[in-house]
Amino acid sequence: MRRCGRVKTWLLGTFFCSLLVFGAEPGQTHSGEQRNASDLSGIPIVTFKWHHVEGPYTVALWVLVAGVGKLVIEANHHVTAVIPESALLICFGFVLGGIIWGADRVQTFSLTPTVFFFYLLPQIILEAGYFMPNKLFFSNLGGILIHAVIGTCWNAATVGLSLWGCHMGGAMGDLDIGLLQYLLFGSLMSAVDPVAVIAVFEQVHVNEVLFIMVFGESLLNDGVTVVLFNVFDAFVSLGGPAIDAAEIIKGIISFFVVAFGGSLVGVLFGILLSLLTRCTKNIQIIEPGFVFVLGYLSYVTAEMLSLSAILSITFCGVCCQKYINANMDERSVTTVRYVMKVFANGSETMIFVFLGISAIDKTIWVWNTGFILLTVLFVLVYRIIGVFFLTWIQNKFRLVPLDFSDRVIMSYGGLRGAVAYGLAVILDEHKIKERPLMIGTTLIVVYFTVILQGITMKPLVTWLKVKRASSDSEVTVIEKVQNKVFEHMLVAIEDISGQIGHNYMRDKWNNFESKWLSWILMKPSARKKHDHLFSVFHKLNLKDALDYVAEGECKGTLEFVRNENAYIDFKKKCGDDFSDTSMPDLTIDMEDTTIANPYTRRETVPSISLEMHEQTMNGVRESEDINTHHLLQQHLYKGRKQHRHRYSRSHFDVNQDENEVQEIFQRTMRNRLESFKSAKMGVAPPKAISKHQKKDALKQFHKDHV
Amino acid sequence: MGSSKSTLQHIPNAQELIQETGFSPAHIQRLYERFDLLDRDQMGRLRVPDFEAIQELAENPIGDRIIGAFFASGKDTVDFPSFVRVLAHFQPTDANRSRDSAPEPYTSPNRKLRFAFQLYDQDRDGKISRAELLQVLQEMLGLQVSDEQLQSIAERAIQEADLDQDDAISFEEFKQSLEKVDIDQKMRIGFLS
Repeated sequence: MRRCGRVKTWLLGTFFCSLLVFGAEPGQTHSGEQRNASDLSGIPIVTFKWHHVEGPYTVALWVLVAGVGKLVIEANHHVTAVIPESALLICFGFVLGGIIWGADRVQTFSLTPTVFFFYLLPQIILEAGYFMPNKLFFSNLGGILIHAVIGTCWNAATVGLSLWGCHMGGAMGDLDIGLLQYLLFGSLMSAVDPVAVIAVFEQVHVNEVLFIMVFGESLLNDGVTVVLFNVFDAFVSLGGPAIDAAEIIKGIISFFVVAFGGSLVGVLFGILLSLLTRCTKNIQIIEPGFVFVLGYLSYVTAEMLSLSAILSITFCGVCCQKYINANMDERSVTTVRYVMKVFANGSETMIFVFLGISAIDKTIWVWNTGFILLTVLFVLVYRIIGVFFLTWIQNKFRLVPLDFSDRVIMSYGGLRGAVAYGLAVILDEHKIKERPLMIGTTLIVVYFTVILQGITMKPLVTWLKVKRASSDSEVTVIEKVQNKVFEHMLVAIEDISGQIGHNYMRDKWNNFESKWLSWILMKPSARKKHDHLFSVFHKLNLKDALDYVAEGECKGTLEFVRNENAYIDFKKKCGDDFSDTSMPDLTIDMEDTTIANPYTRRETVPSISLEMHEQTMNGVRESEDINTHHLLQQHLYKGRKQHRHRYSRSHFDVNQDENEVQEIFQRTMRNRLESFKSAKMGVAPPKAISKHQKKDALKQFHKDHV
Repeated sequence: MGSSKSTLQHIPNAQELIQETGFSPAHIQRLYERFDLLDRDQMGRLRVPDFEAIQELAENPIGDRIIGAFFASGKDTVDFPSFVRVLAHFQPTDANRSRDSAPEPYTSPNRKLRFAFQLYDQDRDGKISRAELLQVLQEMLGLQVSDEQLQSIAERAIQEADLDQDDAISFEEFKQSLEKVDIDQKMRIGFLS
């Protein structure tokens, strides 16, 4: 069956590719054709109007082909486990490029800078910004900036200068490239690419700090790359003698302007977006549209002002996250999240496919062994040196130092990608004679990093981790549990002693944010909901707290109630008539409104649960012999340090870790509420026994039906 | 961070604390600032609600237990020296080598383990009973685990660790069952500011 499916996909893929190829051909020859009325001899019933639809058709077909390519690749997980998807897509691009080349003798399709920078890149960056784990990002911002700014400058300078040195030394033969051009080339080679980084890191699970350092760097270094590129481009145009101190100073100033200006534009659009979503209460269906349009506008506006567009759209996403998630309707939020991932995924696929296709182009097949090999070598070596040096400096100030394997992964993860290629294509032919060579070299470096480093990344990580892993031979139950206890203990002590982050600044920011920003940018109802439930439980008046929860539950706005694992419920429900007791009792409710299940109405709960309890009794007795280790493995709560970074391009499930956190939070709150209640009201908490029976039964029922 | 000696003057018993716990003056200063921040009603003592105000602790399965560990039995407030003494357990072991005046430094593996032991042993009778172990397991494990499964895990744990067959785990047995674990590594955080 599976083989059948794969053959089908292959056939389909080939069909569409051939359609594309043959579609391109008539497109070429018929493009200039005009239909004159006098040519007609009779009324045509059906005509083949290819030129009429050529543009849109080609685009749509390309998207389709890229998607089909991805389908084919994902069909076999054994392959994708070893070779990252991005590498496979590039190879797919090679194949396609070969077909088109064979048909047309010239590369009709390649990744043009306009298409790349305006239609393919923005949504990827927007998605990155929107899903960015803000807390993690900002607490590591210092390190990220060091790598983004200093690291990129270092890369650019060293690669450029070394290549020039080698050129002077004669290692490259006869090339017409001056020092400035080398520096220009170095600057476009220096940028670590966010698309490639995500594509590879998604398969290699590294700890969150590491991830955010490399990923954050790849996003923020755009500010530097753009400046360097433009500055050196201008220098090349001006020519060597015209460069004096004034120009260099202007270059440095332009860095600050471009970087901060771009970020500012992004922040402004983020604020605008939040304000807009605040007002869309009456027409919620258009909310997602605003998100995408304003995100795109922030990109293009920055580009118009010659500021850093990537920084702009990143910060737009980063800033608006919290507010639009709070303001928009739940379905809009889901839509935005899902659609963003669809777009980002699609763009990424197309970028890699086109990167592959662009290689099959005779105009760039200029081979200069020295240049190419030395570039690859320098890019790799200087990245390693740069990262190790910078992290060495950082470690002197870091709370938790980055250890050797972290640094290896950071340096190895500095992948170059389509951005470098895009910049290379922008180079002016007339100013830079060796443009084809540069483009070719850029492509080779990109292939090297994405394919080779991508493939070897996972084994490298595994090898490094194995070195540190302790022998897992005969671990007793006590040891296992205690190790977890230690983890949680450390996290708790860190929280109490205020270790993580620069507390003072963060507290000030949080105060400012909750007082002013939330007031302006969030809907009043959302603000109330967002009022961390936590502080509500601390209100001295217990009745108030209970009313609040009941009311929120009624409106369905309390997220934790909608959560499948929610337990806290209060007898008082609006509209329902259970509420004659003034002292609410803590019982369980399963408010799962997505499935039409029989126990949304509480009356039916007891009868069903008892029934199920009887039925599952046998099962329970048998399961007493379950391996305790297996249980522990599965069910011990992960400590906060172990929660995987929630960033994944292709996975869109409700985060398991969030559920866990919810569970723990509710349990803690319930315990505190109970002891608070007994202290304040002098009422004994509900008997544990009766609760457990119901809870068990419901759990069993729930477990059997999940 | 200002100079060490002068700013410590407003902290009571600072010198003794430094001697006793092995913290540097900068650390004490840092911890005092933190203590001050947590102390919402500025009484110089922390209460349970002050700890509970730390939001992240609510998301920690043993958060409330850790809070309890700060309070000596019977007392419901924590003063600054007690606060520091608890946190002293979490320094790296070798931090204390120079200040050997205390009978047993806070950072010795024994002291650290005793702290961990007391998290389980809430009634302070020197033994972890089956019920106490069950309670901890309940807190640490997801809600999908049934009571029977919890019982069996607790049973297994006691079987493995309980050497003198008294159906409870004493401190010595606890220590022995964890002898392969590097306690110092597991119970330390850096106090650099």
